[in-house]
Amino acid sequence: MPSVTIRGKALIAGVYEHPGRELPDRTLPQIHAEVAAGALADAGLSLADVDAYYSAGDAPGFGALSMVEYLGLDCSYIDDTETGGSAYLVHVQHAAAAIAAGQVNVALITLAGKPRTGGAGPGGSARFSSAPEASFENQFGMSVPGGYALAAARHMHEFGTTSEQLAEVKVAASTHAQHNPHAFLQDVVTVEEVVSSPMISDPLHRLDCCVITDGGGALVLVSEAVAASLDRHCVPVLGTGTAIKHTSGGRTDLTHTGATRSGPLAFAEAGVTPADIDYVSIYDSFTITVVMTLEDLGFCAKGDGGRFVSDGALQSPGGVLPFNTDGGGLCNNHPANRGGMTKVVEAVRQLRGEAHAAVQVPDCELALAHGTGGSLATRMGSATLVMGRSL
Amino acid sequence: MSEPGQFGLPVPPPNPNLETQRFWDATAEGRLELPRCDSCGHVVWYPRERCDQCGSTSVTWFEASGRGTVYSCTVTRRIPGSWRKAAPFVLAYVELEEGPRVLTNIVGCDPETVHIGQAVQAVFDPTPDGPALLRFTPA
Repeated sequence: MPSVTIRGKALIAGVYEHPGRELPDRTLPQIHAEVAAGALADAGLSLADVDAYYSAGDAPGFGALSMVEYLGLDCSYIDDTETGGSAYLVHVQHAAAAIAAGQVNVALITLAGKPRTGGAGPGGSARFSSAPEASFENQFGMSVPGGYALAAARHMHEFGTTSEQLAEVKVAASTHAQHNPHAFLQDVVTVEEVVSSPMISDPLHRLDCCVITDGGGALVLVSEAVAASLDRHCVPVLGTGTAIKHTSGGRTDLTHTGATRSGPLAFAEAGVTPADIDYVSIYDSFTITVVMTLEDLGFCAKGDGGRFVSDGALQSPGGVLPFNTDGGGLCNNHPANRGGMTKVVEAVRQLRGEAHAAVQVPDCELALAHGTGGSLATRMGSATLVMGRSL
Repeated sequence: MSEPGQFGLPVPPPNPNLETQRFWDATAEGRLELPRCDSCGHVVWYPRERCDQCGSTSVTWFEASGRGTVYSCTVTRRIPGSWRKAAPFVLAYVELEEGPRVLTNIVGCDPETVHIGQAVQAVFDPTPDGPALLRFTPA
């Protein structure tokens, strides 16, 4: 353990999820600005209070440099860390560290994208085509579902995981999404409907895949001093962990994720164990992502994820581990093809007691959010956050 | 995208660079060459002039067997863009006899018959630019 901890030194004061799922009449910077305004209003702060800004690959142009200008911010601290869809959880870690160090008082993190109505987002195909691995991965018809399918197929081979077990993840998400008026998909589905939906890339069916939506979200983190001045329930960040898992010089192991290392870091910093967690937001790009992440975070033994998620374990209320009560990326929202932001937002709603009444976890004291950016098939940025209702 | 190759799949040309030219030149001649670390013996994939295990920048290229087994595979049935017409096709990781697991396609067979653990052999699928793509067929 580090001698200096950030445990409890930074608090999430504002969260916002854009209600739109198709935004053809907005520019990308406009969506960033709308979610920034939303999260700041939630906290009771304004743009003038922000002294640190965080963005990832979804921000256009120079990233933070361009967005600070567009938004009219006056920042002494910026961070463009890019790990794909998990970047916003990494930003929380970095913002919390900067706040703990006394360098930042109010940190703003934004996400926006238009993959549904606006075509490919920024992030740069040229940047990816010049990557050293590009010609050894991009020549073979790799797709996002195809990559995750490779991980799912190996998981099934090694551990006996079934399509029906993966489908349970989608069923739980859909059960929650029926209560979310903004969810892109609001119909409850059955295991049978998932496994009979069209096969995209074996063994992943269409309903094993997340939605594609426009939209965005934002977070505001503040110091203890600022939090004390706000008339809003601020959620302390108790533990953080980041890990990069990659192909290891060609010894790719598809059976685990970076959560095997990011999880223990976050739990240790928070001083808690998986058994203490009341609610989890787990990045659900695909159903297999959830199953493998739950194993790697220690909520069940390696290989038991399929059995663990069966019989309604993830459903709220009543399940042993309520997850993604907004409907997650599988049903609610996956703005900019990046699901990390909404994971943090719903965890904060749960800790504040502001989730939909039908899915609110009673007495929710401790929540975990986990992001998986990149691909299970190659390289990923894994990030875990533990947050509390109070210190 | 140009015309499909001999196995009916797209053959997009790679972008060789100073570190990978040797690999691609060999594929044009139907050989699989890999870099082996001179310090620790690790066979590095993707090809590069450094060892990710020990940090050495001294590697020696050698001709690999082209034999491997399927580590994981998926039949991609729906995919947008230039690969749409190639579906269904098999995307796979093949574990080479020399250690590395490489992303590839399994070709020259019914996609539905490809399975984890299957023995496969390298084939070289020429691209219009000369270098060939490393694909595999059942052994």
